[in-house]
Amino acid sequence: MTQYAFYFDGTRCTGCKTCEMACKDFKDLDLGFAYRKVYEVTTGETTRDAEGIIATSCVSYPFSMSCNHCDDPACVKVCPTTAMHKDPETGLVSVDTAKCIGCGYCHMACPYNAPKVDRSKGHSVKCDGCADRVAAGEKPVCVEACPARALDFGTVEEMSALGRIADVAPLPDPAYTTPNLYIKPSEDALPFGAPNGKVVNPLEVE
Amino acid sequence: MSELMPNVSRRSFVKTTGALGALAAVGGTVAATGSVFGKGTPQAHAEAEEKVTWGHCAINCPGRCSLKFHVKDDEVAWVETYTSKDADFDEVQPRACLRGRTYRRWLADPNRVNYPMKRVGKRGEGKFEQISWDEAIDTIASELRRIIDAYGNEAVYIPYATGVSSSTARSLPRFMTCLGGYLGSYGDYSAAQLEMITPFTLGSKGFNGSTLNAAEDAQLILAFGTSPTETRQGGAVSHYDWVHLRERAKGKIVYIDPRLNDSAMGRSAEWLPINPGTDAALCSAIAHELIVNEQIDKEFLDTYCVGFDDTTMPESAKGQNKSYKDYIMGTGYDMEEKTPEWAAPITGISADRIRALAEEVGTAKPLYVVQGWGPQRRSNGELNSWSIMMLPLLTGQFGLPGTNTGEREGSYSISVQTIPAGTNPVKAKIPVFLFTDAIDHGTEMTALNAGVQGADKLNVNIKCMLNYAGNCLTNQHGDINHAHDILADESKCEFIVVWETVFTDSAKYADILLPDLFRFEQVSQIGTGGDHAYMISGQPCTTPKFERKTLYDSLTLLAAKMGVEEEFTEGKTQEDWIKELYEKTRAKDSELPTYEEAMEMGVYTRKNPKGCTIAMEAFRKDPVANALDTPSGKVEIYSEQLAEIAATWELDGDDALISPIPVYTHGFDELDIPTEEFPLRCSGFHYRGRTHSSWGGVELLKEANPQEAWINPVDAEERDIVQGDTIRVKNAFGEIELLAKVTPRVVPGTVCISQGAWHNADMSGDRVDKGGCINTLTTHRPSPLAKGNPQHSNICEVVKA
Repeated sequence: MTQYAFYFDGTRCTGCKTCEMACKDFKDLDLGFAYRKVYEVTTGETTRDAEGIIATSCVSYPFSMSCNHCDDPACVKVCPTTAMHKDPETGLVSVDTAKCIGCGYCHMACPYNAPKVDRSKGHSVKCDGCADRVAAGEKPVCVEACPARALDFGTVEEMSALGRIADVAPLPDPAYTTPNLYIKPSEDALPFGAPNGKVVNPLEVE
Repeated sequence: MSELMPNVSRRSFVKTTGALGALAAVGGTVAATGSVFGKGTPQAHAEAEEKVTWGHCAINCPGRCSLKFHVKDDEVAWVETYTSKDADFDEVQPRACLRGRTYRRWLADPNRVNYPMKRVGKRGEGKFEQISWDEAIDTIASELRRIIDAYGNEAVYIPYATGVSSSTARSLPRFMTCLGGYLGSYGDYSAAQLEMITPFTLGSKGFNGSTLNAAEDAQLILAFGTSPTETRQGGAVSHYDWVHLRERAKGKIVYIDPRLNDSAMGRSAEWLPINPGTDAALCSAIAHELIVNEQIDKEFLDTYCVGFDDTTMPESAKGQNKSYKDYIMGTGYDMEEKTPEWAAPITGISADRIRALAEEVGTAKPLYVVQGWGPQRRSNGELNSWSIMMLPLLTGQFGLPGTNTGEREGSYSISVQTIPAGTNPVKAKIPVFLFTDAIDHGTEMTALNAGVQGADKLNVNIKCMLNYAGNCLTNQHGDINHAHDILADESKCEFIVVWETVFTDSAKYADILLPDLFRFEQVSQIGTGGDHAYMISGQPCTTPKFERKTLYDSLTLLAAKMGVEEEFTEGKTQEDWIKELYEKTRAKDSELPTYEEAMEMGVYTRKNPKGCTIAMEAFRKDPVANALDTPSGKVEIYSEQLAEIAATWELDGDDALISPIPVYTHGFDELDIPTEEFPLRCSGFHYRGRTHSSWGGVELLKEANPQEAWINPVDAEERDIVQGDTIRVKNAFGEIELLAKVTPRVVPGTVCISQGAWHNADMSGDRVDKGGCINTLTTHRPSPLAKGNPQHSNICEVVKA
């Protein structure tokens, strides 16, 4: 088996969302659905004193993420019908739409906000790692779209050589599901679990 | 670039995974791409018919990025770009941005204009009725003829527009020249103030700075009011160039901005927050410290510049304490010493921090100073942007490797020749921002009171406008409510034609609305660049749908009707022109591929053979042989020309300042001084979801990039506003409604609102703009010298809706 993985370079990402939109075009996703999303973490203060002098401790960074095709995917664990499954050849996690009953357990279980139930289709939908493109020797659309060259995709051996396992806020402890996401964090990146490492753009990623 | 699946539709591939997927899995990547899906291989399935065409984005970003259309059954299936899966970080790839990747949605937008339309309601009401092309052409021809006969050609105006750039996009000026001319214009809404001030100080070629990659060698990079990753988002212009620079830069970057903009994200410590419009105060205080600490390069200033101190002042101003140094040290202009303590309350930056920054500026070699077009898009924009240019001069970090002039970054571009407009017989020109004045009271506008060029005054008001792919009639102009009142009065501008792809706010003011084709729905070509250059040559992705026509074809019909077809077309189709223009370009640039090769390859890239471009390099090497075209041949820190203008022009208030040296002024009283009623400043910025107003109607982009006002938690709390609240922002000009982004990424006392959202108000009712367009809050009063748009100079109050 070859386990595939994503790589995210937080020092290059500018939060532009080209990855998200390229995916939405390729996968023909409508409003309310995005398989890759860009999260903004911002914390600190910018204040002005009585003399009008500004001081700032503001820290802000973007984080682009799709499904992380985890080694131990929470969505697969909770799926009552085995619709959510991990491909034995590639390690990519996807939905067997014939089996999916749209119960939404996967959506609730995933710590990475990846699967979502499309009520009009009656089943769960999510990033499949562009499995067909990958099979044809290409990379996922999001990776090839990035104007800042912040994304990559390949075998877990290749991607883990580029960076470390995703262990920064707003993500959870990687020990939970062992995501196949390797990263080079930006200077600002806070560790996972940091109480101030909250997502501040919920409207854009829900 | 990726040509792995050139003839296979993604959708058919997905549908036929049983057959093809199995082959791919069995054969592996090589077999799958080489023999099964490769070029010239028989299709595995009839459904797999897919055409791939190249096109370019044409919006004035100016990325003009590559678009690779996957087309099936004459419909766009999805939009790719020039990319490859294993591109080296240094490889030039004009990858489309998020907006380019949504073109399929815009192509099929429910608000797309499909047929010629005539207005049936009141102007601006947005009520139209479908008509035939014959009727549209007949109406335009007769109205144009009537207006030219009654008022003369000077009554016809072509408004500034940013919707389409290509080698044949500017066909309208050519058409109007064939008919005897039109009222000309100068400037733009992007950088009018900076474009105007630059020739006075750096000469006519001074506007383009060094390329961004020149800053790799700099010890310090000062970025004033600029967010390269947001303003030009493509994969081979400033976005990518900036990301590349951040990674390669040897020195540190300081972002001087009221907003922790997206370019600084992830490196927040480099953000130096400043009150908007006060860059000149900061630069003056830095200049003070450089002088006091003897960190100026006096030899450079004496050799290359005039007006730093009395040594190099021109005779007319010598011995009168009018030099820049006199201004800084408190012995000149306003007799106030520009100490850090003076600048601190203005800028919001502490005196200590200013001193520390001045020390860094004084010692950094090389020093790369760059500004965006934010500092200049203000009521004090000419002087604010000019002051930034002083730092490279004072330190002598000018024209050398690793430096920049303080202008916005330049580019290495392939410039493809554009369709010739001919010589306009009408000589008068107005600043683009004053077209509503020229409709309302053009005959009162003169060279001295309104910057009319080519004539002492206007002879006639604007009576007709031909608006191609532009949303400056209202949405992108200053003070939308005022613009509406002028445009809605049909006795003023009597006839308006608009060419558009979608129903924009400006399109609502058309008397005749014509359905346009995107440049990727027709043959088109464009060249551009960032650190490195590229050119895109495109073929139509689909056949024209409904009754849409190219601008060129619609003008050809109109020219035929008005008896000037031969003059307009010279017997050529648009493609004939594109080919001819390209051949002329190629005659001067023999490296370029043939026309046929260019069309076949779609995307042509070229690295800057010098690696990077250094602004003013030749002048620095030999200031005599390569003298500037300023009156002195040198950099003018004191401009006699400006002194003359300041003495003779009729300005519209004591707060309108034209100065022969770069000084700090707060700008217009009513725009730049917060009041009890409007205690907050309000500044615009460029947003990833739009280029100006383009894409402002695409729902997918609106969802991912909501229209928000950035407000500091301190200001929000005082108003009981929390993240995500719907709020109203209002001032003397109008009121808008949008969401609150409560964030420490903006300084207290200032609200930032991205420009270009689509105006959406009941103009016969309360006029509250539910679209959140900042121009409902901006003025139409022009900046003093350029008569440019001061759209970042605003004050406001914010309340919970």
